[in-house]
Amino acid sequence: MIDDAPALPPELLLRVERLTMRFGGLTAVNDVSFDVRRGEITALIGPNGAGKTTVFNCITGFYKPTVGRLTLASKEGPLLLERLRDHQISRKANVARTFQNIRLFGGMTALENLLVAQHAPLMKASGLTVLGVLGIGGFNKAERAAIEKAKVWLERIGLIDRADDPAADLPYGDQRRLEIARAMCTEPVLLCLDEPAAGLNPRESLELNALLRSIRDEDGAAVLLIEHDMSVVMEISDHVVVLDYGKKISDGAPLHVRNDPKVIAAYLGVEDEEVESVENEISAEASS
Amino acid sequence: MPDAHAGAAAPSVFAVAFKDAALAALVALGLAAPMLGLVTVQTQSGIELEQHWGRVAIAVAIVFAGRLLLNLTLWRPGRKKSLGYVPPKVEARLARFAKYLAPLAILGAVVMPMLPFTERYAIDLGILVLTYVMLGWGLNIVVGLAGLLDLGYVAFYAVGAYSYALLAQYFGLSFWVCLPLAGILAAFWGVILGFPVLRLRGDYLAIVTLAFGEIIRIVLLNWYWFTGGPNGISGIPRPSFFGLDFDRGDDGFAATFGLDYSPLHRIVFLYYLILALALITNFVTIRLRRLPIGRAWEALREDEIACRSLGINTVNTKLTAFALGAMFAGFAGSFFATRQGFISPESFVFMESALILAIVVLGGMGSQFGVAVAAVVMIGGFELFREFSDYRMITFGLVMVLIMIWRPRGLVSTRSPSVFLKEKKAISGSLVQEGHG
Repeated sequence: MIDDAPALPPELLLRVERLTMRFGGLTAVNDVSFDVRRGEITALIGPNGAGKTTVFNCITGFYKPTVGRLTLASKEGPLLLERLRDHQISRKANVARTFQNIRLFGGMTALENLLVAQHAPLMKASGLTVLGVLGIGGFNKAERAAIEKAKVWLERIGLIDRADDPAADLPYGDQRRLEIARAMCTEPVLLCLDEPAAGLNPRESLELNALLRSIRDEDGAAVLLIEHDMSVVMEISDHVVVLDYGKKISDGAPLHVRNDPKVIAAYLGVEDEEVESVENEISAEASS
Repeated sequence: MPDAHAGAAAPSVFAVAFKDAALAALVALGLAAPMLGLVTVQTQSGIELEQHWGRVAIAVAIVFAGRLLLNLTLWRPGRKKSLGYVPPKVEARLARFAKYLAPLAILGAVVMPMLPFTERYAIDLGILVLTYVMLGWGLNIVVGLAGLLDLGYVAFYAVGAYSYALLAQYFGLSFWVCLPLAGILAAFWGVILGFPVLRLRGDYLAIVTLAFGEIIRIVLLNWYWFTGGPNGISGIPRPSFFGLDFDRGDDGFAATFGLDYSPLHRIVFLYYLILALALITNFVTIRLRRLPIGRAWEALREDEIACRSLGINTVNTKLTAFALGAMFAGFAGSFFATRQGFISPESFVFMESALILAIVVLGGMGSQFGVAVAAVVMIGGFELFREFSDYRMITFGLVMVLIMIWRPRGLVSTRSPSVFLKEKKAISGSLVQEGHG
């Protein structure tokens, strides 16, 4: 299954090649290629409807791409993500994600949310439930370890005092952080965040930046994030990819992207006399 | 000016109330006219239609007056709604109360047959109630924990009962051998059904499980040479006390223990057997809730997409819930067969599924204690109302409606977390999802 996946250069974690996703007649993502490097925060930006979340859903297995190849350098060698089923993406490829509209288990406590994320190792420790029901085997030890790990994460996101509260009772910003912690409890190599700063106030936004930096530096996970808040993007990302109408229009360091006329045009529009020249430029680019 | 305002408002409140009452009376008229007003009676010349318009008038008048009165008093606009609201403090106290109540209830169930004033009827009723407690706990895994709406649960009950009956009939196997086999077979059928069905969600899942329940019953009804069809299977062997039969013989239970023979021995034994089976179901469910699989079930009920993103195989997780729920129904089924000594497809109609589901929903989905209380209330209540046979179903319906108004999430509507760091806090039912299949 993985024999035809090409090896990636060592500094790369994920290579997206010619990714295209069509829904009937609508092409949501059109021939997008980019790389995610190890130990970096990569931001995927673009105006509304540019196809960012679709790219995410392809990477995390929720959509099967129409065309394209997604190669991830996992511990066991290169893996083709488009061939894995959604729950295998987390287990085999160690890619975790969060959702634009937070998807916590609202009726379960913060602690339980983090334990559900450690399902696979705990399941193994419970002897696929059989030994666990009988109370033999190392399940209790494994569960204590899982709770310790959850505690570490609750400390890191500042929710240790609310560990026993239902997730749906937490304030919005806390829910966002809890969802990130939950994703991190699966020990991912790549963490995909869909608009993590949406709805946060400036102080929470700063805390989020610190959290994401610590995930990159301490946990060694690469981060791929979709974000509209440019202050977050410019502040923390090492690499920015810009999509517009399903196509990649720019790719590079934050500074480079910020000054890219095509990006400025996509976000702010252009002055009337410039429209023609920009259009020519884009069509020349597209045909080349 | 304020007087004028009040004067203008008062008749309007009355007018609204009057209009609403008139509408309700109209609905009552529509319902009562064919149901109360027309009666077919058998006469010598055939069937004739009798008309009782007086009854209709009384019914409509009661509805009109009652509705008007309620509109002007309890339901008056601006009056604070107190119906159905239980303050969280009371809720928490109830939950703490339940914690001590559960061991007491178990103790009560254990000593009940030994009490001097306990009659045979009470033990028989106890067996019936405990069977439904067990079925309720089994279905609670599927509906309450995993959030999969199963309307055909009785099919697995039937599989268990017929497994034992047929294995005993064709191979002469004893109850103790058949009990685990019946559970395994029912779980197997749970998986067989689960594979094609579990990709459906919500209403669609409910409809397909409903159909599956009917299919099993109809197969049992029509596979004449194998299952006996509508005649059922009779002469199913009674359970033995680990090899000792409950009979008058010299090697029977009574003789071996030097007791005088009494038919009550078997009844008491059956009572303790179903009590043990039900408690095993309870114990396993409580343990499962603390294991990753149980947490995955509850997570599935909360949000299936998030589960998939966390690497949980949702198909397998749903299948295990289905299979385990079916297994406990299979155990209960084989117990049912050995208790009755006779089974026929009539015992496994949709009404049974609905009754078990009603027990789970009334008890509070996911709550073991609530389900047990609901089973006692429903089945026990059903028996008490046996004398008023005609009004049994209407009372049943009324109680359901009332409970759904007062406690829409069931008797115990809080969820208790499976694990905690410092303090175990009950989670309000309003935060907990009901599951969409």
